[in-house]
Amino acid sequence: MEKTRQQKIKDFLINNGVIIVMFILVIYTGITNKNFLTGGNFMNILMNMSSRLVIALGIAGCVITAGCDLSAGRMIGFAACIAGTLLQKIDYSGKFFPDMKPLNIFVVLLIVLAITGFFGAITGFFIAFMHVPPFIATLAMMEIVYGLALIYTNATPLGGYVEQYTKLATGKFLGVNYLIWIAIIVAAITWFIFNMTRHGKYMYAIGGNPQAAEVAGVPVKLTMILIYMKAAMMYGLAGFMLGAKAGGASVNLGYGYEMEAIAACTIGGVSVTGGRGKVSSAIVGVAVFELLKAALQYLGVNANAQYIAIGIVIFVAISLDIRKYVAKK
Amino acid sequence: MASEYKLELRGVSKSFPGVKALDNVQLAVRPGTVHALMGENGAGKSTLMKCLFGIYKMDAGEVLIDGEKVIINNPDEAMKMGIAMVHQELQPVLARSVGENMYLGRFPVKKFGPIQVIDHKKMYEETEKWLNEVDMHFDAKAQLGTLSVGQMQSVEIAKAVSHDAKVIIFDEPTSSLSDNEVEALFRIMENLRKRGVAMIYISHKMDEIKRIADDVTVMRDGTYIGTWPAKDLTIDDIIAKMVGRELTNIYPAKDRTPGEVIMEVKDVSSIHEKSFQNVSFTLRKGEILGFGGLVGAQRTELMEGLFGIRNLSKGEIIVHGKKVDIKNPKDAMNAGIGMITEDRRGNGIFGCLSIKDNVGVTVYNKYLNAGFVLDHGRINKVVDDSIDKLKIKTPSMNEHIANLSGGNQQKVIVSRWLANDPDILIMDEPTRGIDVGAKHEIYEIMTNLAKQGKAIIMISSEMAELLGMSDRVVVMCNGKKTGEITEESEMTQEKVMSYATMF
Repeated sequence: MEKTRQQKIKDFLINNGVIIVMFILVIYTGITNKNFLTGGNFMNILMNMSSRLVIALGIAGCVITAGCDLSAGRMIGFAACIAGTLLQKIDYSGKFFPDMKPLNIFVVLLIVLAITGFFGAITGFFIAFMHVPPFIATLAMMEIVYGLALIYTNATPLGGYVEQYTKLATGKFLGVNYLIWIAIIVAAITWFIFNMTRHGKYMYAIGGNPQAAEVAGVPVKLTMILIYMKAAMMYGLAGFMLGAKAGGASVNLGYGYEMEAIAACTIGGVSVTGGRGKVSSAIVGVAVFELLKAALQYLGVNANAQYIAIGIVIFVAISLDIRKYVAKK
Repeated sequence: MASEYKLELRGVSKSFPGVKALDNVQLAVRPGTVHALMGENGAGKSTLMKCLFGIYKMDAGEVLIDGEKVIINNPDEAMKMGIAMVHQELQPVLARSVGENMYLGRFPVKKFGPIQVIDHKKMYEETEKWLNEVDMHFDAKAQLGTLSVGQMQSVEIAKAVSHDAKVIIFDEPTSSLSDNEVEALFRIMENLRKRGVAMIYISHKMDEIKRIADDVTVMRDGTYIGTWPAKDLTIDDIIAKMVGRELTNIYPAKDRTPGEVIMEVKDVSSIHEKSFQNVSFTLRKGEILGFGGLVGAQRTELMEGLFGIRNLSKGEIIVHGKKVDIKNPKDAMNAGIGMITEDRRGNGIFGCLSIKDNVGVTVYNKYLNAGFVLDHGRINKVVDDSIDKLKIKTPSMNEHIANLSGGNQQKVIVSRWLANDPDILIMDEPTRGIDVGAKHEIYEIMTNLAKQGKAIIMISSEMAELLGMSDRVVVMCNGKKTGEITEESEMTQEKVMSYATMF
């Protein structure tokens, strides 16, 4: 049966409800506030989006396989602290390793990725081989990583980074910040993995129907480990980026970001029941979040009340999204 | 108006899209008797019972209790009218106690000031009482999961008795019971008979029917065949009445000659005692080997064992003359085996993925550029070819498989396995839940594959399909191979049934 024009419009409005509302909010904020729709502010929002997108792309893999990752936030803090301790200026008074020469920034990035990847693989191992539900396995890893970060840093905040590191946030290429370039590259790589490799296809298959994947000869266990390892490395990268942006780090950096990343993914259309979700979903979700935050700020909404607004957006967005799949009975 | 019968069903009809599941069926059960309801798989026994319970709404027909017409809309109402069912697959809450399971949804309560609390003492006392009533003496506080299946069943029966049920339906109650437990069940049933309870007993086990049943009603293809006193019928009579239909000629001709042996299965057993044991068979090139038997004969489990989904405790699998070690489906695929599972929704399709992704999943390893980049061009071609060859009706390969009909979904799954080019294809109930037209197409596909030299193992619970498609038939009963029919002239329904109900 052909849908009438009216039905089609209605479907379109409901399916893209959150994006439309966000668009209206942005325009409204732009009209009432001259400083909102400016190049500088736009760049600022992109900067905020950059690290959030890297986290969301990591977590998207977990959500597509009907899992989640609560350890993301603490991984970010841990990664930022490791990077911070290895990249302090030699003459900084509160230096963590007083006599150590700061390492090359790329070497430090590799160290950070190796460490977070290692812990991510452990989480994946427990999920794949021990059948621990992802919610619990990542919860356990969250605690472990936080403890390690506290022991490693003695809970002291870090600062006094070498210029090479802070320049990651301030420096530009073709007028666009390095951090934004990193996010673009990570998005491109993730798109490639999701669409052009076996690993990506297996991920969707497992998310769609794990029993069928097993029967079809998909290496389910290995794929699960890779997903959580890859995700953790992306949190590591995000932590590295956030440390550069803030010019310092503490163990609490990134706390709660995992929740926002999961919410962003689902707002963008990554289904929590598994099997559905694209790179563009994560981008849309993160954009909605960051635009909302910025717009509310410009509209002078009380900072505490912003949390309420975010909560409402999650409720509405997910209800609308789920409606697409559930209502068709 | 008094009636001779406790429960009567008259003129019950029920249609599902494309199928007439029940056509003017009747059943009349006298109080204090066991009434056996017999028929092949798919004869409509379960559908009839579901209509009685209000799980399905009957298109026509009426239910009478004690001669009075009643209308039952859901299982809850059935229970209130004194009708209870002991299910084929019990669905109790394993983690809670016997008492809690018995009183689930109707916990006895006591007032505790203004609030109501559950009266545990009363609940357990009552539970003990009802358990004693059916001659079962175990702890009402025991966690249900710690009991055997037989004991769980007696809890169900005690529950039915506690509802003061006057009609109790036993749906294949003995399929997972040991001999001792069967004896215990029969004792309980004797007891219930004395109390005047009317019982409907659904089972495929002929010796049990002869032992326990007073009356026998036979159904076939959704129609009522007749009711007879059990003592007037021999086992052969019952089988003849159950299968007495003519084969319809919708099967392609078997004009093929099977070639050399491609696979040998020697003495394989499951790690579970109750599952398949000591099964051996051979499979030839270009042959369709049918596996017959009743539901619960462990045919699916055997095939899943051969395909590496389940574990084997012993036995050998020889493919192309070489012993293969199959630990998981990947190993089986490498040995040239493909498997189309019985439960299409459960472990066949990826509902939220496209046709392309559903087909491609087995062959991503084959179509790679530079060793790791998927070659979408070649994959698209494979998928396009199979849509063409198997006549899959779809607007495009990017359509979600969930939007296709059952028959087309099945063709997609067949394509998935053919894409990997197996020598041996296991098809478990290949035409389950698909309409007649699509069934015929699947038969054509299978026949063509056999002609191309593929070896096909087909499990089928549809007698006509089994006999119409197979070159040879292996029959299983309760996990054991009970017979093999190689001569075309011996391929009769009676023969299969006698092997399938051997013990």
